[in-house]
Amino acid sequence: MSRATGPVRWPDAEPFPQAAAVQLAKAEQRATLERVTHQIRTKRAAVVAERDDWEELRRAGERIKDRTLRHLDHYLEQAERALTRAGAVVHWAADADQANHIVHRLVRETGQTEVVKVKSMATAEIGLNEYLQARGITPVETDLAELVVQLAGDRPSHIVVPAIHHNRHEIRDLLAQRMPGTPSDLGDDPGELAAQARRHLREAFLRARVAVSGANFVVAETGTLAVVESEGNGRMCLTLPERLITVVGIEKVVPTFADLEVFLQLLPRSSTGERMNPATSLWTGVTPGDGPQQVHVVFLDNGRTDALADPVGRQALRCIRCSACLNVCPVYERTGGHAYGSVYPGPIGAILTPQLRGMADPVDRSLPFASSLCGACFEVCPVRIDIPRVLTHLRAAAVDHERRHLQNVVERTAFRAATAGLSNRALYEVGLRVGLPLAHAVAGRDGLSDLPSVGNRWTRSRDVPPPPPQSFRAWWADQPGTDADAGGQGTQAS
Amino acid sequence: MRLALFITCVNDAMAPDTGKATAAVLRRLGYDLEFPTTQTCCGQPLLNSGYPRPTMPLVERFVQTFADYDVVVSPSASCVSMVRETYPRLAADAGGTLAADIAALAPRVLELSELLLDVLKVEDVGAYFPHTVTYHPACHGLRSLHLGDRYERLLRSVDGLTLLDLPRDEECCGFGGTFAVKNADVSSAMVGSKVESVLSSGAQVLSTSDNSCLLNIAGALVRRDPTVRTMHAAEILATTRADGEAWRRRLPARAQVPVGAVRPGGAG
Repeated sequence: MSRATGPVRWPDAEPFPQAAAVQLAKAEQRATLERVTHQIRTKRAAVVAERDDWEELRRAGERIKDRTLRHLDHYLEQAERALTRAGAVVHWAADADQANHIVHRLVRETGQTEVVKVKSMATAEIGLNEYLQARGITPVETDLAELVVQLAGDRPSHIVVPAIHHNRHEIRDLLAQRMPGTPSDLGDDPGELAAQARRHLREAFLRARVAVSGANFVVAETGTLAVVESEGNGRMCLTLPERLITVVGIEKVVPTFADLEVFLQLLPRSSTGERMNPATSLWTGVTPGDGPQQVHVVFLDNGRTDALADPVGRQALRCIRCSACLNVCPVYERTGGHAYGSVYPGPIGAILTPQLRGMADPVDRSLPFASSLCGACFEVCPVRIDIPRVLTHLRAAAVDHERRHLQNVVERTAFRAATAGLSNRALYEVGLRVGLPLAHAVAGRDGLSDLPSVGNRWTRSRDVPPPPPQSFRAWWADQPGTDADAGGQGTQAS
Repeated sequence: MRLALFITCVNDAMAPDTGKATAAVLRRLGYDLEFPTTQTCCGQPLLNSGYPRPTMPLVERFVQTFADYDVVVSPSASCVSMVRETYPRLAADAGGTLAADIAALAPRVLELSELLLDVLKVEDVGAYFPHTVTYHPACHGLRSLHLGDRYERLLRSVDGLTLLDLPRDEECCGFGGTFAVKNADVSSAMVGSKVESVLSSGAQVLSTSDNSCLLNIAGALVRRDPTVRTMHAAEILATTRADGEAWRRRLPARAQVPVGAVRPGGAG
């Protein structure tokens, strides 16, 4: 199928290092991010520690997803048959444009100019809100944080907590200024803010004839769709309107109803640090006289089959969008989500975005490098995505792309020289014998604190320690009783 | 037991004292190290920077250099992790006989604390270090090798040493190889937090299992408070009563103030 064409990456995005510098300068945002990510991290650790079978659950999640992805064509067709049997209409979208076109047509058919929305990564990925707005249809986000982002004319910066970059004082001001009917003396107590949003949204729910949602899971055997949420707004959207349109990535399918058991344990604990989330909605096609009587499901590819074709990268498609990797990431904690230039931020975004969009753009090529490879993301991932491994795999793809397009020649030359020096013992030893005393003489006893050029990126925050006058191997060779060429078979590798 | 030292390129060039210390600790316990001179680098810097193909000759070199030894020990959790966790995968992708060679060798490649505690069954290595120390469990030791509290146990057994907790110890110091220069601003923010943690621990010495992390933290720490020392854990384990204060000579000139002196502006 085809590459993602929609705004998975924001059009004004900059490569990660530059974008990160902008975000790092926002002191208040950094304090909020640090506080909130640590709060969720701690909550998650506590509820995960309660389960002595957590590792088994993770492995079960990994295996169910892997099996599904291995036979994705089979399970998708099974899901389509089950959905159709249950009275739903199934649509297939190869890319964002097709998905947006289908949803717009389905809304237009109803004659409505407003749709209520359940928080959905798939519709954010394809830029559905912007697409509908440009065609005279108003999408109303009903998740509180998503609504805040929408009112602010802002972008989400977290998968589960999209307004994580705003504190409650900012949210109070936003509601007071931009939400019709908000009393000017509204306080900034979270309960008060939520109550005001609820009053506002209740009217939208009662007005709504059309809803658009995503889905956390699609059960292939029954055609059941699942939405996992915290505020109950999803329940309103999924039951009140006449027409319900669900946009869902093709990787969201699971084979059987019983498989949900595993994911409904993994997801809330990993995501919000709760044993169970407050509201889980399951629906299977149309139930006469109960809930939406017109149910549409749009299966979205948008680059996913390309990711599936990569034996290393495809594990990113196991992702259940819990955000545990964001909350634990020392990079995300400091930059927030906007630096990633995509609706998918953090470690998972750094491997998902370049796979969905390909490596043609420097922004996408910069993302796999936005990690110190500390491994905290892999440790918490409920479906065991080895994010550091995929990051290094995608780094190689980025370097390959630049080699083919004759870009970044200086770095490649430097690495070629380093490779030569490390793979040839004679060169390696000459380098140490000549280079170290030289560096020692230059750096003296205190080391260096102001290197020019690329070196400045190190010395802007750190000194270079004084190099020793002599390498370890030179010292060893000088020791009495040491055989300078110890190493048995090793001499063959000279 | 034929015991080989894998010094690693960073230690060979930038921290020879860690290699000397590793040899000294083992000699004191009655084990002689060999140093096969055909060793260079495990290849991790190349692989992690997006250059997997040039990594392979280094994998082959490592196997040829160390295949005949019973145990290979290294004072770097990160490089041991590369060999034990990543080499098997690289070899499987490469095909041929390399995979079998690595399957035979990799389990015998041990980080220093694993050799001391798991193989030699020694917790008290006879060291003397009358200072307060805090320990940063470097990421690869923590999450890849799962070293757990091995170094804390070894350090607690050192005569005179007081081990102090490092707040938020499991957080990365921000080194990450080329990450430190490719994403210098984020890396600087990360090492800044680590430095504040070290200072709030109140310890006189920061120790860890990886000199690459230590170079990063030390480089930032010396600007914030030059009186806090940084030492690889092996160097602490190598220090005995006989050494007296000799280790202090290795420190930068501006840090040549007595241990325990009042720190300029330092927390804790």
